[in-house]
Amino acid sequence: MHRGKGMKFVGDSRVPAERKPNIPKDYSEFPGKTEAFWPNFLLKEWMVGAVFLIGYLILTIVHESPLEKKADPTDAGYIPLPDWYFLFLYQLLKYKYAAGDYVLIGTVIIPGLAFGALMLAPFLDKGLERRPSKRPIATGLMLLGLISVTYLTWESVVTHDWEKAKTQGKIVDVSFDENDPGYKIYQKQSCVGCHGNTLSGGASGPSLIGTGLKPEEIMKIAKEGKPPGMPPNAFKGSDDELKQLAEFISKLEQK
Amino acid sequence: MLQKIYDWVDERLDITPLWRDVADHEVPEHVNPAHHFSAFVYCFGGLTFFITVIQILSGMFLTMYYVPDIVNAWESVYYLQNEVAFGVIVRGMHHWGASLVIVMMFLHTLRVFFQGAYKKPRELNWVVGVLIFFVMLGLGFTGYLLPWDMKALFATKVGIEIAMTIPVVGPIAKTFLAGGEIIGAQTLTRFFAIHVFFLPAALLGLMGAHFLMIRKQGISGPL
Repeated sequence: MHRGKGMKFVGDSRVPAERKPNIPKDYSEFPGKTEAFWPNFLLKEWMVGAVFLIGYLILTIVHESPLEKKADPTDAGYIPLPDWYFLFLYQLLKYKYAAGDYVLIGTVIIPGLAFGALMLAPFLDKGLERRPSKRPIATGLMLLGLISVTYLTWESVVTHDWEKAKTQGKIVDVSFDENDPGYKIYQKQSCVGCHGNTLSGGASGPSLIGTGLKPEEIMKIAKEGKPPGMPPNAFKGSDDELKQLAEFISKLEQK
Repeated sequence: MLQKIYDWVDERLDITPLWRDVADHEVPEHVNPAHHFSAFVYCFGGLTFFITVIQILSGMFLTMYYVPDIVNAWESVYYLQNEVAFGVIVRGMHHWGASLVIVMMFLHTLRVFFQGAYKKPRELNWVVGVLIFFVMLGLGFTGYLLPWDMKALFATKVGIEIAMTIPVVGPIAKTFLAGGEIIGAQTLTRFFAIHVFFLPAALLGLMGAHFLMIRKQGISGPL
C-alpha cells in the first residue's frame, strides 16, 4: 500500500488519484495447472450450473408440487408426515426406548449427541492426518451416523400407509347446486355435522360423493343406519324430503 | 462506452482493487473437474449456493401472490398453482429446490468431512457451515406450514409437540413459534415471518462469513 507524503487524492476525497491497472494476476508461477477464477473457471462452473438447472427444471415440470386440501384442524384421523429429510428423527421417536418415559432420549440425547459431535468435529478430531483411512474413529462414527439415518428414513417410508396418505388429503373438487332442494334438506338435517358442508366427509363420517348407491339404498341407510358410525333414525323429516335428499346424494359424482 | 463508465466510477471510488480481489483467486488443479473428473465432488458447495439463489428468487415471486393468513393462505397457493401463468413452475422450483438444497448441502458436508478439510486452520468455517445446515433445516420446517394444507398443519403440530418434550427450552420454543396455545392464525404469520425474514437474514450473514473465510484461507490442498 502506498502511504506517506506525496500522495494525491481525487478532489477532497480519500480516493487516491493514482490509478491501478485492472489486469489479472499471473498464474504461471502457481503449482500445477492453476487457473484464474474469473473468467476461466467461472465459465466452467456456469456450464455445470446450466446442466444442473436443466435437470432441476425437468423435475419441476414432471412432478407438480403437491398441495393437499385446506387445513382442517378437526380431522383427528389424519396421519401426519413431515418432509422427507426429517423422517429419520420422526421414526426414531417410534422406538420403545426413545418414546414414552424415555422420550428425552429420542428428542434430546441422541440428536443432541449426533449434531453436537458434527458441529464440534474439528475439535474432537484434532489429528493432522486427513485421509479417511488414517482416522478410523471419525470415519467410523460418520459411517455409523449415515447408516442410521438411512435405515431410519427407510423404515419410516416402508411403515407409512401411502395408500391412505394418498386419499386422506386429496382436494375434493365437486360442484353441486347449492340451491338444490336436496342440499337444503341435507344442511338442515344432522347429516351435515359428520359428512361436512361439502359432503366430502370428515373425522366421523365418510364422503357422500360418488357413493354409487341408488336413492332407495340411501333412504334405507338414513333410516336404519349403517354400523359402526351411522346411527339409525338419523333422518328426521317427511318421506318426501327423504326422497329428495336421497336423489340429490345419489347424483353426486366426483369430477 | 462501458470502459468509459467504468473509468468514471473508478476515478471516483477506486473500485479496481475491490474488483481484482473478487476476480483474482486461483483455482488449483485438484479442484478443477476439467483436469481430474473426480474433482466434481468440489461442485456440491457451489451448487448449494446456486439453489439458494434460486430459492431466494422464486420465493420473492411467490410472495407476490401468497397471503399469510389462515383464511386466504391455502386459496392463494391454489390460485398460484392453478391460475397464475407459470405459477406452477415457480412454486415447483421452490418446492423441489428445498429438497435439492438439502441433498447438495449434505453431499458438500460429506465431502468436507471425509477429506478432513475441516482441520486446522479451518475449524471456524466448519462450525459456520453446520450452522448454515441448521438454518436450512429451519427454513424447511417453517416453509412446510405455509401452504396451510392438511400435511402442513399436521406435520407442524407433530413438530411442535416433539419440541415441547424438551425441558425448559421446549415450552419457550412453542410460545415463540406458535404464538399461543393452538397452532393457528398466529402460528402461520410467525412461520411466515421466520421463513421470509429472520432465517434468510441469518442465512445470508452466515454464508457471507463462510465465503469470506474460504477466500481468506483458500481451498484445502489435495489429500
